[in-house]
Amino acid sequence: MRSDIRARFRTRGRTVDAAAQEEVRALLADAPRRRDLLIEHLHRIQDRYGHLASRHLLALAEEMRLSAAEVYEVATFYHHFDVVKEGDAPPPPLTVRVCDSLPCELAGARALAAELRARLGTVRVVCAPCVGRCAEAPVAVVHRNPIGEASADKVCAAVKEGRTECPLPDAVGYDAYRDTGGYRLLADCLSGARTREEVAKAVEESGLRGLGGAGFPAARKWRIVAAQPQPRLMAVNIDEGEPGTFKDRWFLERDPHRFLEGMLVAAWCVGAGAIYIYLRDEYHGCRALLERELERLRRDLPCALPPIELRRGAGAYICGEESAMIESIEGKRGMPRLRPPYVAEVGLFGRPTLEHNLETLYWVRDIVEKGPAWYAGHGRRGRRGLRGFSVSGRVRKPGVHVAPAGISARELIEEYCGGMREGHELYAYLPGGASGGILPASLADLPLDFDTLAPYGCFIGSAALIVLSTRDRAADAARNLMRFFRDESCGKCTPCRVGTAKALALLGSPPWDEPLLHELARTMQDASICGLGQAAPNPVLSVLRHFPHEVR
Amino acid sequence: MDATIGHAQAAQGVEFRLNGTVVVGRAGETILECARRHGIEIPHLCYSPRLRPDGNCRACVVEIAGERALSPSCCRAPAAGMAVETASERALAAQRMVLELLLADMPERRDVPQSELAHWARRLGVGAPRFGARAQPRADLSHPAIAVNLDACIQCTRCLRACREEQANDVIGYAGRGERAKIVFDFDDPMGESSCVACGECVEACPTGALAPARAAALAPVDRRVDSVCPYCGVGCQLTYHVDSKANAIRFVTGRDGPANRGRLCVKGRYGFDYVRHPQRLVKPLVRRPGVAKSADFSLRPGEWSSAFREASWEEALSLAAGGLARIRSEDRYALAGFGSAKGTNEEAYLFQKLVRTGFGTNHVDHCTRLCHASSVAALLEGIGSGAVSNPVRDALAAEVVFVIGANPTVNHPVAATWIKNAARRGTKLVVADPRRTELARHATHFLQFRPDTDVALLNAMLHVIVTEGLANEEFVRDRTSGYEALAENVKRFSPEAMAPICGIPAHTIREVARLYATSRASMILWGMGVSQHVHGTDNARCLIALALATGQIGRPGTGLHPLRGQNNVQGASDAGLIPMVFPDYQRVDDAEARARFEAFWGKALDPKPGLTVVEILDAAAEGRIRGMYIVGENPAMSDPDAAHARAALARLEHLVVQDIFLTETAYLADVVLPASAWPEKTGTVTNTDRTVQLGCKALEPPGEAKPDFWIIVEMAKRLGLAWNYTHPREVWEEMRRCMRSIAGISWERLEREGWAVYPCEREDEAGRAVVFTDRFPTQSGRGRFVPADLLFADERPDERYPMVLITGRQLEHWHTGAMTRRAGVLDALEPEPTCTLHPLDLDALGARAGELVTIASRRGTISLYARADVGTPRGCVFVPFAYYEAAANLLTNPKLDPWGKIPEFKYCAVRVTRGGTPPADPGYGKGRALAEIGA
Repeated sequence: MRSDIRARFRTRGRTVDAAAQEEVRALLADAPRRRDLLIEHLHRIQDRYGHLASRHLLALAEEMRLSAAEVYEVATFYHHFDVVKEGDAPPPPLTVRVCDSLPCELAGARALAAELRARLGTVRVVCAPCVGRCAEAPVAVVHRNPIGEASADKVCAAVKEGRTECPLPDAVGYDAYRDTGGYRLLADCLSGARTREEVAKAVEESGLRGLGGAGFPAARKWRIVAAQPQPRLMAVNIDEGEPGTFKDRWFLERDPHRFLEGMLVAAWCVGAGAIYIYLRDEYHGCRALLERELERLRRDLPCALPPIELRRGAGAYICGEESAMIESIEGKRGMPRLRPPYVAEVGLFGRPTLEHNLETLYWVRDIVEKGPAWYAGHGRRGRRGLRGFSVSGRVRKPGVHVAPAGISARELIEEYCGGMREGHELYAYLPGGASGGILPASLADLPLDFDTLAPYGCFIGSAALIVLSTRDRAADAARNLMRFFRDESCGKCTPCRVGTAKALALLGSPPWDEPLLHELARTMQDASICGLGQAAPNPVLSVLRHFPHEVR
Repeated sequence: MDATIGHAQAAQGVEFRLNGTVVVGRAGETILECARRHGIEIPHLCYSPRLRPDGNCRACVVEIAGERALSPSCCRAPAAGMAVETASERALAAQRMVLELLLADMPERRDVPQSELAHWARRLGVGAPRFGARAQPRADLSHPAIAVNLDACIQCTRCLRACREEQANDVIGYAGRGERAKIVFDFDDPMGESSCVACGECVEACPTGALAPARAAALAPVDRRVDSVCPYCGVGCQLTYHVDSKANAIRFVTGRDGPANRGRLCVKGRYGFDYVRHPQRLVKPLVRRPGVAKSADFSLRPGEWSSAFREASWEEALSLAAGGLARIRSEDRYALAGFGSAKGTNEEAYLFQKLVRTGFGTNHVDHCTRLCHASSVAALLEGIGSGAVSNPVRDALAAEVVFVIGANPTVNHPVAATWIKNAARRGTKLVVADPRRTELARHATHFLQFRPDTDVALLNAMLHVIVTEGLANEEFVRDRTSGYEALAENVKRFSPEAMAPICGIPAHTIREVARLYATSRASMILWGMGVSQHVHGTDNARCLIALALATGQIGRPGTGLHPLRGQNNVQGASDAGLIPMVFPDYQRVDDAEARARFEAFWGKALDPKPGLTVVEILDAAAEGRIRGMYIVGENPAMSDPDAAHARAALARLEHLVVQDIFLTETAYLADVVLPASAWPEKTGTVTNTDRTVQLGCKALEPPGEAKPDFWIIVEMAKRLGLAWNYTHPREVWEEMRRCMRSIAGISWERLEREGWAVYPCEREDEAGRAVVFTDRFPTQSGRGRFVPADLLFADERPDERYPMVLITGRQLEHWHTGAMTRRAGVLDALEPEPTCTLHPLDLDALGARAGELVTIASRRGTISLYARADVGTPRGCVFVPFAYYEAAANLLTNPKLDPWGKIPEFKYCAVRVTRGGTPPADPGYGKGRALAEIGA
């Protein structure tokens, strides 16, 4: 069409479709049109229509008084949104996501995906990053229903029978939790029976550290946030996306109120006026559980509560990074912020924010009630406290094992996991999921804890132990992980956005270009904005350091 | 992310070590800026001094002792005792690797002379990249002004920040993620089909040429840069022409750090300059062929002028032009009139009114201010003694509440709108009141889509709330105003509940907005022609003035009254006396004292009778009372209401002299046409809406025998018996300073030195006052005066025969009657054809679809043009831009005047819209072919 003819009838850009506008209005009903709810509203459209048609996106933009680009850039950032433009075919109504992260790949995810593609004609089969069920590898998710130890037969049966929703976990409910003394601590805090100082001191003496991966002392964080001007906020990170990690889900599915009470005690302790819980979208069962239990909590208040908002991720590993999560809660692309300023000073909506991982909060009640010595009394090799280890890979009993800090990988495998799987011999292990590097069997007696692995180029992070056997190659693992990082890089900074892609291209068949990889890795570590880019070269460096025979 | 900057700014005068030397970082300075100040260059790509630092490219990372990772120097403030190494082995390795990674993905073929990436790669000695390239995206050449080659994109988001955070146009997004993350327009649409308004800010921001002027304009040779001001709207953006002297052409334009624009421009200011090279430029004086009759219903073909005109020498043309006027003068001097132009310079405006007053001997001189803000000025002079704005537009940034009514600044004052949008983003409460929902409404905290013609109902209801709820500023009312009791009494009848059914805004909203305005720390009102162009335009403005006076929201930063001026020099032309009732500086012609002063100053007897206004002059011409006219740079055949009547009036003149750059619709009816110079071809000053006088310098030679307007006016004056010997605009400016106190302190040297100065500025040692009325109003009593307004309705309301309402106005790409912009390549390509806008449901009711022809008829005329659908247009209304000769909106408009301001009711008349019609004719220019005609 000639531009002068086109110009006759177009107003600049796209025009809102009246029908789409009605549909979006009906869907949003009386929900606020606030910017920070953009992702929630996108979910509503995606859930209802199975995709995000551009006419709906434009209507949503109009409704929220955002520009087209502001909506589009957010929608296209998250894996779980399917943006469909005019003339493009919408995705099939049903999607099966096959997890292809390391533990699942070890368990044959690639072959499973290929077989499912062949057998499920009208169903979309896509590979997905870690869905947080590594103990049951391989895992395929039929719409929202995770199938553990998945075979093509099991998945096809679920598809055929329409089993597409995640069953609700069997957790300690609100009543049961209260019957066993739950929320008494919180009531004591609010009534003045316990002081903030007393609670903070207990947490301090217990040595509790942030168990999301960074290990920042919890009480010190509380004191920093409490010293900031009001209003202060709290954000809870349950975007457990580090491949190999599933302990937060495990704690949540069993005893959600123990976490919630810890959260409320922490919020009270720092004077946070509102709490935002960010839960990864993959945890559909947990979301239903949390929604139900939060509702029960609100209906039967044990004491005055701050407003609690449950926010739903949309498929983005990077949103586990604290500042990226905050951006996402604000309804934006999950791109990490530069620090300083730190989240504790300038966080959610520009306010001082206490951000915690679920497991950290989970231990708060027990620490205060049983005394800090109880928690600190656990530990080996001079380390203190308890850790929920997520163990996956070639062991007999993978799963979450609550074990003392400072335990070695060999002890963990032998004492908690029933040893190596039949026919497998320990070759290597990843102490901290995808980011923490790879260690050889010869270093399996090191204490697993924060700081202890640094001399070997590794860290424990979220305590996700992935165990490799002599049938596996560390270089293959490194390739899987670098692909993961490339796919999950937010795209903001050069070292990570371009670096992960270029690094992956260099991880072909041996010999690897070691000097160039070292140079690249150094810049990624030194100059990336956040932990994703900084840690992304760790597996590669581990291979070069501990498994050079594989790649020379 | 403002916090990042906030953090950086927290530091104040800190000592730290920079590459081993102790230096002092200034408050608000980043490490990068401090290093630069000390002569240390750190590579950087995503950093631009004009944009919020984002720290994403990581080319500027430096080593800070004791820190685990490197730190982006563009985002870090130095702290006391910090030790920073900008070129340590570690920092350099990272800087080089970042550049190498980006270089690996650059296309080889394109030569971008200003690529900052190539520059830094050379500086740091980065050789051929050792990595493979990414899969490259295809070029997007869908936009006439901007070429999009994302193969050169480094994802630095400078374009995005320019689009979103500077211009607040929000067209550019950063979509996808990881290595697939990309710059997009709207929904990743071709730029030419997106909502892009082509302000070009992104092009100016791009460091690698991924966004570049189309047709490789930036690669053309440029040997001169000339500083000037944009010739379009009243915002007065400063800019720099990049000139190819050999070709006598402006190759491209960049924004300059002027007080009104801080480097920003809009599509007209950036791409609207090639009209000066259009082949239809007048290059020789033309004289009407004997026997060629003038008629109102001519069909214009500027390219085929020779059937009506012949070429003449300047000498012949000037003596014919002046001779004809002199002959009529000798019979009846009141039969002469002159229209000056708000597009000319201050010096030209001053000379022109002086020519009429001393050469014709009457005050029949006016210009298009009559058609835009005459009613506002009437109300302002009556209420607060001055027709100029009280505060500059950028004061929106200092306001807590900004109230914009009857204005569409994103289209008509685009750069001014950016400040309002910026303010809204920073938390200023923005109230937009307009019958049409425009782009600015998206940024508003309150949008009041009131019914057309009900301004007074809405505003009096707001005043009612202020008066009855005790929100008036008693102290201000007592000390600085008069007439409050009468106002308070009058607005009693206008409760929000009573007015809601009339204006269509719920009473509680009116109350909320009134409270917001009255009680904020600082509230500012801006308005446009939606307020002024009514028969009750003066009343509308009176209500706005009353709002400010009653609440004391005037006389401080972030408050006040700002009628957004239309033309680039409408403020200056008015100041210079291009108005029938006043001499320069608004000194009334019927004030004996003032007249005596000017008689002494000019050495001529002056007429004590105020002259006729624009529409009155044409009415008089139609009746044969005005017989001769001299029109400089105005196009009343297009711009006046009831254009058929205006054209008939012009056609009836015995002698018409038109001085212009094109054969306009008005020039087509002339006896003598004098070829003038375009703005880039002359030097002079213009005054913007903020009362800022700015100097524009000559960049090009006029084509052929075209002459500067200044020269032509002087030559005409000489032939009308005036002993003028001005040789340069500076002499005129100095004369103006001697009779205009407001600018007395602004010397020509200062303008040459600084480029601009704001007035009032009475002494040379004075900076000039951006905010006025701080302690008194320039009225006799020093007090502001309340003038109550009653409900009046439009002169012509819809009825059964003409059931719809016509609203006329402008569109972003076209300036006024289109003489310039429809001959500018990019602007014509963007909007080549006449269109009108209706609500989609009204379009449905007509059985018509967007893109189809519709016909609009009023009691005065009929036009056919293409329809567009827009949900922002109110039901029952049709909006028509008046720039198109082949579908001239003013054939339809009602010439009924506001009794005080004498402004016609352009914003309201009754029409009938029907499906179908004759395709708009070809006026001989525009229609999407200007690019080819200019040879771009």
